[in-house]
Amino acid sequence: MTSAPLLRPAVVVPAAILLAIVLLVVAGPWLAAQPYDAIDFDADWGAAPSAAHPFGTDDLGRDLFARVCVGGRLSLAVGFVSTLVSLVIGIAWGAVAGWFGGRIDALMMRIVDILYALPFMFFVILLMVLFGRHWLLIFVAIGAVSWLDMARIVRGQTLALRRQPFIDAAVVSGLGDAAILIRHVVPNLLGVVIVCATLTIPQAILVESFLSFLGLGIQEPATSWGALVNDGARAMETTPWGLIFPASFLVLTLLAFNWLGDALRAALDAPRR
Amino acid sequence: MLSRAAIRLLTAVPTLLVLVGSSFFLMHAAPGGPFDSERSLAPEIEARLAAQFHLDEPAWMQFGRYLGSLLHGDLGPSLQYEGRSVASLIADGAPVSAAVGMAGLLLALIGGVAIGAVAAMRRDGWLDRGLMLLALLGLSLPSYVVAPLLILVFALGLDWLPAGGWDGPASLLLPAVALALPQLAAIARLTRGALGDVLAAPWIRTARAKGLPERLIVFRHALKPALLPVLSWLGPAAAGLMTGSVVVEQVFGIPGIGRYFVQGALNRDYTLVLGVVLFYGALVIAFNFLVDLAYGALDPRTRLE
Amino acid sequence: MLTIGNGTEPESLDPQKATGVSAGNVLRDLYEGLTGLSPIGEVVPAAAESWQWQADGQALRLQLRQGLRWSNGDRLTADDYVAGLRRLLDPATASGYANLLVAIAHGSEVIAGRAPPSTLGLRAEDERTLVIELDRPLPNLPALLAHPAASPIHPAELTANPKPEARIGNGAYRLAEWVLQSRITLVRNRHYWNDSRTAIGEVRYLPTEDLNSELKRYRAGELDVTTSVPASQARWIRRQLGPELHVATYLGSYFYGLNLTRPPFAGNRPLRQALSMAIDREVIATKVLHDLAAPAWSFIPPGIRDYSPQAPDWARWPRSQRESEARRLYAEAGYSIAKPLSVEIRYNTSDDHKRIAVVIAAMWKQVLGADVKLVNEEWKVFLQHRRERRDTQAFRNTWIADSDDALGFAEILDSRHPRNDSGYADAGYDALLLEAGRSNDTVVRRAKLEAAERKMLDDAPILPIYFYASKHLVKPRVEGWQDNILDWHYSKDLRLRAH
Repeated sequence: MTSAPLLRPAVVVPAAILLAIVLLVVAGPWLAAQPYDAIDFDADWGAAPSAAHPFGTDDLGRDLFARVCVGGRLSLAVGFVSTLVSLVIGIAWGAVAGWFGGRIDALMMRIVDILYALPFMFFVILLMVLFGRHWLLIFVAIGAVSWLDMARIVRGQTLALRRQPFIDAAVVSGLGDAAILIRHVVPNLLGVVIVCATLTIPQAILVESFLSFLGLGIQEPATSWGALVNDGARAMETTPWGLIFPASFLVLTLLAFNWLGDALRAALDAPRR
Repeated sequence: MLSRAAIRLLTAVPTLLVLVGSSFFLMHAAPGGPFDSERSLAPEIEARLAAQFHLDEPAWMQFGRYLGSLLHGDLGPSLQYEGRSVASLIADGAPVSAAVGMAGLLLALIGGVAIGAVAAMRRDGWLDRGLMLLALLGLSLPSYVVAPLLILVFALGLDWLPAGGWDGPASLLLPAVALALPQLAAIARLTRGALGDVLAAPWIRTARAKGLPERLIVFRHALKPALLPVLSWLGPAAAGLMTGSVVVEQVFGIPGIGRYFVQGALNRDYTLVLGVVLFYGALVIAFNFLVDLAYGALDPRTRLE
Repeated sequence: MLTIGNGTEPESLDPQKATGVSAGNVLRDLYEGLTGLSPIGEVVPAAAESWQWQADGQALRLQLRQGLRWSNGDRLTADDYVAGLRRLLDPATASGYANLLVAIAHGSEVIAGRAPPSTLGLRAEDERTLVIELDRPLPNLPALLAHPAASPIHPAELTANPKPEARIGNGAYRLAEWVLQSRITLVRNRHYWNDSRTAIGEVRYLPTEDLNSELKRYRAGELDVTTSVPASQARWIRRQLGPELHVATYLGSYFYGLNLTRPPFAGNRPLRQALSMAIDREVIATKVLHDLAAPAWSFIPPGIRDYSPQAPDWARWPRSQRESEARRLYAEAGYSIAKPLSVEIRYNTSDDHKRIAVVIAAMWKQVLGADVKLVNEEWKVFLQHRRERRDTQAFRNTWIADSDDALGFAEILDSRHPRNDSGYADAGYDALLLEAGRSNDTVVRRAKLEAAERKMLDDAPILPIYFYASKHLVKPRVEGWQDNILDWHYSKDLRLRAH
């Protein structure tokens, strides 16, 4: 693999957008007029964007710019961490099941079925109820659920790969199962995995927002893009900026992730074929 | 094939048992009980209610009792809705949820594959980019934003469709669209990705070199293998539709079982939640079984001998 | 057809077992009590055409109207009311409202299961005469008899449990259809004694849990009346739907409880006072709730019968004076910038609870420098923690009255009351309540209850925040809608203007 394909505009542009968003989200709160949780009791609440508050204020008079930045930190963290969790578990599980097939496959997929059939929201609600709403728990809960999709898709692809001639060749040459899996199967799953991961990051961010909708998200005064969009959607006719700014950040980020994923995939595929 | 199906069905029983068991004990481990309320019943009355529903017994005994009545096909009485059985609640709600869910799934599948195929054929063209951008938007807009927006436009603005409730087929449309959108977008992306891969494969290049028309290549040869990842996605999509139905049923005020599920958990209506979990679990297992069958039919190589 | 948004779906329409506002709304159309409320909230004759106090307020004798019938045409007698009231107090019914009429002779023994319901002081002297004997004075009894829990019960339903959607009632309407989570349809009851005065033939109650969705359905013309309005939309509603918005005083108090059984609040009155003074109720009522509530400096709501609010003097101070006094008390309690108070506010999941908690946390932080942590809990967990009084410190609390009576509010801070979540135990307070309860003289009763509240507010086991308001959107075509303090509206009193 040369470095050239990775410098194509289709890769660089979304990467730059993401970098800019990350920088803004990290540095933003220092630029804001007031801390993300401070309330100005004398000001007009739910104010439209102005020089002091570029994104306006929320319905409790808190600076929306600072809140969008702080919320972005959490949303991005949820996206990254839980996708990482799901990647590691999902690839290992799916590849092993698909490769060995037969009873192992049946058993492993049965377990995935069981976990699938454990209704996700119920599972998360119970977790939140039993252990309180800690941010770490949100990561783990979302990661622990989203690996199932990954495992399924990887397994399906591995099943198909298994009958490919180059895998037969590897088997004939006497390589062990583990070696074939790591050297030949997993690299060939990359395209599918990247597509799936780009779908998982936005999903994780959306799941967090779904939890916020049910009132089980991050504890106030902390926030996330999902929680902000949820609040904004309620009053979309009266204070549209409350929806527009966090939603734009959310959509732009998801867009950039997906764009980057697709471009990377094209870039990585080229030398292999 | 038949014996495999039989094994599948046999393992469904222990699967459901594990499912019900873990749900049962998690539920009972959670703080709070079904009869706690803002108004606090007198202790004597609370004790009497608990005894009436055997909630005063140890959890394992209650579980045994529950399994016993399950064997007789009895899902028990709802703890929250006085005088109603869980079976009757599910029987009332399931057709409604199923109607919305099936409409959503069909919409997502047909729309998603069509859009994905068109995009793949025009790969990297403007149509492709435009469609994928739309798909991306569909994927990144949460249903609790989409649903009110749909109401705002189609019920309040244009006055074409009802803003909520369950009254005739017109009330099916907006919820189904709100439910389908994210899945439609996901399927479109998957189809485009997989079809793109297939279209880049050597044997397709060979077909092209032979001068076969592009449409024939796509629909006759490439689409079938490209649908495998889409098929894999259907399991999660169905689960996603069910979770999504919680939001959609709430926003549109639809009498489905998605609402019972979250409400039951929040209200500690143990029997209702277990009933819905069981129903839902059986449905997911059956659905995945069908997906497996279809997978085998589409890709003969995965069919077990 | 009149279509009413009804909030959460009723869990039951059994008049004695059902609890909650939404069930009450439907039950008032399906059943008629001995007494009723007029559209403006006065007690008026209903099934009983008249009543007299006897034996110095120890018994009430009621005369029923002639020719009363159940919705299936059966004759309705005083015995059916006796049966309903016995069923209410019978522990086998496990009614959430059993305590409402515990003052009926032998009521407490019956509720505790120490005496059979037949020993209650209830007598049907003949088909049309009912006598209710009391253990202690209950001047409010005629009003309480209008509550749906005091409805009669048809003899057939005493022995066999009817289907939830097939109950026999005696109200102006009968139940035609109940599709759970979808709609409850009522049609006029031809056997109702005053059916000729009923103007609306069919009434529909729709479950509307999500207030934003309810507002949209109202705007789309699918609802005539909403159960409430979302505070976040208040400004828009006032601008666009102004005349259709009905906001009125309601018998509910929203307050923060402080757990007096644990640090930091146990035995630290200055601290509790400081926290109370640091809360600016005006800001909460106007800026957070957009005037859909009234600021509360005391606990028992204004507008309640024979009572006046007991706000402390500092409620009238300017903000700066209040805040400096709060800081002085905070220091007296042993806290400072160097050693700030660390406290948790606990609330159950709800947008408004969250917003209020955020604002109060900011006030405590900005006025006192306290270190405040918010803890959001799911409803049942919250209830358990609140009741246990172990993990709680400051917590959100609410009391909504069942009747227009100040004692009903005051008694939840009685040391033995099950809803005394603060663990407030003051012998003086309990004694004042006991004396008020024993008195049949409204002037004495009032003086005792007002003195009790002043004492309690001075001890600050709770911090009043706001008084609830009933808030509805009502379409202009609905005539006869009047706001009243209990927020009870009988469909029989409404009319629909023809287009």
